[in-house]
Amino acid sequence: MPASFLDAVWLVPALPLLGAFLMLLIGSRLSNKIISWLCCGTIFGSFLIALGIFRDLLGLPATDRIYEKIIFTWFPAIPYITDGGNAANFQIEWGYLVDPLSSVMILVVTGVGFLIHVYSIGYMAHEGGYYRYFGYLNLFMFMMLTLVLSNNLLTMFVGWEGVGLCSYLLIGFWFLKKSASDAGKKAFIVNRVGDAGFLLGIFLTITTFGTLSFTGINAALASDTFAMGAPAITAITMFLFIGATGKSAQIPLYVWLPDAMEGPTPVSALIHAATMVTAGVYMVARMNGLYQLAPTTMAVVAAVGALTALFAASMALVQNDIKKILAYSTISQLGYMFLACGMGAFAAGIFHVSTHAYFKALLFLGSGAVIHALSGEQDIRKMGGLWSKLPVTGKTFVIGALAIAGIFPLAGFFSKDEVLWRTFANDVGHGDLFTKILWGVAMFTALLTAFYMFRLVFVTFFGVSRVPRETAHHVHEAPRSMTVPLMILAVLSVVGGWVGIPAALGGGNRFEHFLAPVFASHVELGAAEHAHSLEIGLMVFSVGVAVFAIWLAYYFYIRHTEIPEQIVYRLPGVHRLLYNKYYVDEIYDAVFVEGPVLGKGLATALGRFDLKVIDETGVDGTAWLTRSISRLSIWWDTWIVDGAVNSLGWLVWALNWPARVLQTGMVQRYALWMATGIVLFLLYYVQRYILGS
Amino acid sequence: MVPTWHYLALAAALFTVGVIGVLTRRNIIIIFMSLELILNAVNINLIAFARHWGSVDGHIFAIFIITVAAAEAAVGLGILIAFFRNRDTVNADEIDLLKW
Repeated sequence: MPASFLDAVWLVPALPLLGAFLMLLIGSRLSNKIISWLCCGTIFGSFLIALGIFRDLLGLPATDRIYEKIIFTWFPAIPYITDGGNAANFQIEWGYLVDPLSSVMILVVTGVGFLIHVYSIGYMAHEGGYYRYFGYLNLFMFMMLTLVLSNNLLTMFVGWEGVGLCSYLLIGFWFLKKSASDAGKKAFIVNRVGDAGFLLGIFLTITTFGTLSFTGINAALASDTFAMGAPAITAITMFLFIGATGKSAQIPLYVWLPDAMEGPTPVSALIHAATMVTAGVYMVARMNGLYQLAPTTMAVVAAVGALTALFAASMALVQNDIKKILAYSTISQLGYMFLACGMGAFAAGIFHVSTHAYFKALLFLGSGAVIHALSGEQDIRKMGGLWSKLPVTGKTFVIGALAIAGIFPLAGFFSKDEVLWRTFANDVGHGDLFTKILWGVAMFTALLTAFYMFRLVFVTFFGVSRVPRETAHHVHEAPRSMTVPLMILAVLSVVGGWVGIPAALGGGNRFEHFLAPVFASHVELGAAEHAHSLEIGLMVFSVGVAVFAIWLAYYFYIRHTEIPEQIVYRLPGVHRLLYNKYYVDEIYDAVFVEGPVLGKGLATALGRFDLKVIDETGVDGTAWLTRSISRLSIWWDTWIVDGAVNSLGWLVWALNWPARVLQTGMVQRYALWMATGIVLFLLYYVQRYILGS
Repeated sequence: MVPTWHYLALAAALFTVGVIGVLTRRNIIIIFMSLELILNAVNINLIAFARHWGSVDGHIFAIFIITVAAAEAAVGLGILIAFFRNRDTVNADEIDLLKW
């Protein structure tokens, strides 16, 4: 007998949907105050229900913590034979699956989402389209909650596409700005590439398993004998991972995320840091049963994750736009999450998703407060010395930066160290050298992370002020609706990691135990036993690395500000490469947009194909055929149908010729005929009289 | 005493003039006048034969004809005026709607 909150799970996505409907239908007629209350209220309601669901789930025994609620049957059942020859009843239901994984996700999404909604009240107060903004935001929440709550791949794909749509709408929120609408389109198009992979994965799942529901797939995996590394499963996981690289901004499809910073800052915090971009990680974790059977894919996931983490962190080192730095940081942190998933540490990946949601949302909202204070300035070279002017923003921002740098005992420390430790310790058959290289890359990225974050902190909040005089005199702390969410997120960034204190530090790692039923492996993962002392040693080492990086940033950007310039002077090539983001955008532009083979050449060829084959042969041919047939019809109509009618008329006309000649309508003509007749009569009788006599 | 065939010749001449008038003139009023000529040619014939045979019947017949001719002229002119009001014409060759 399910508890009441579990039964009400459908309300979690339904409330934001209601808000979105109201906003987009009648929102323009409501006052800003009503809009704020309504839209934040729907999310707060969802959050409370999510809390209730979480409590109810905790009240159940660990093995029973799974609850599926079917709302309606979307695709009625049809019999289907899978590739393996098994009979299946293929059916798709619109249903919600509550288990530890989705309950954690809805808590993070609604909790952080609510804080960002509240923050938006202050941030968007002076912007046009207030109702539109909140309508899109609520719609996004609905789609995101659909994504994480859905019980099968297809409804998940609905949410997946829905968040992509909302992302597009919100990146291009200021659509009059060309760069913003271009960025929206770029995000949408790049995501299409990944979504194509996701769709192929879905199709393959259907042909392989005959079902799309997660419980169905897991049941098939548990009963069927799918061998380790089965080609079908490797293909499915690879295709799904392509989808994940699009949505979660991994190599090679990460290029849209830095541009997505054109949207309003709370949007960047909600969609492009805390929630939507983690959908890929969530999806991989949700499909963990499949991934565990595909060691090749796991290795690819881990390698792409580690590489992306390093790659993005290196680009973040030299950027000057406060939001771009945070965007690259997000890509880098997402890389960590994929690294964890690739190493079989799905719980660690989701743990990092949740803590990252806290501190990255905090950092983005803090950067929004800075931008707000400086009247829209985003270039950190025009900031500096803001610590005393923005006390709340400054302090909370530093807490966020410490958390992401992985300083004990903030949230980032626990999740990042969990990822690093699992990378170091888990043996999932990638080979020792490969694993250690991944760990080294991740560790080096941790150094870069701490460095670029504190470069950002020092350049923005400390040192001499480089704020232009005209904006300097009205620098002000943000309103309470913005600072209160910052403070709450700062608290979460501190304590958010305490749910997962590892055993080595005397904690129970409750987070991992809570998620364990979801990630119960169908195959034996070789979990190498390591001493706690080694784990503690590595933790100390990583904290030491972070502290060193922070000191380095302090040394470079506060003490000896000439050093960075000297480095740029000494290594102009490296700096230019990093500053121009490895020219990846330019390469993509040259290959896929302007390129002779895949870009313009393909487009021209396709265009010509369209013009010649589709238009001229197909469409014009059909038109010609239609015209010819209709010409035949015209001929038939003119000569046969009309001809029959006309010839009948002509016959009548010909037959009535004598009558027509006589009946002229002229009275005198009639009189003439009459007179002629009489004369003829008379002549006849006269002639008879003469001959007769 | 004037011989009878003189009268008949006059009547025949009048009749011919009347018939030619009816057949050739366009104005309906002239046609009416020609019709009166034809009628009066008949009247002359009747009177001439009445005198020839010494009978009064022809006289009475002629007076009837004059009366009927007067009535006929009245009705005809009435129609003509009504027609003129509608069509602005009294030409017989323009009145030819009633045909095939």
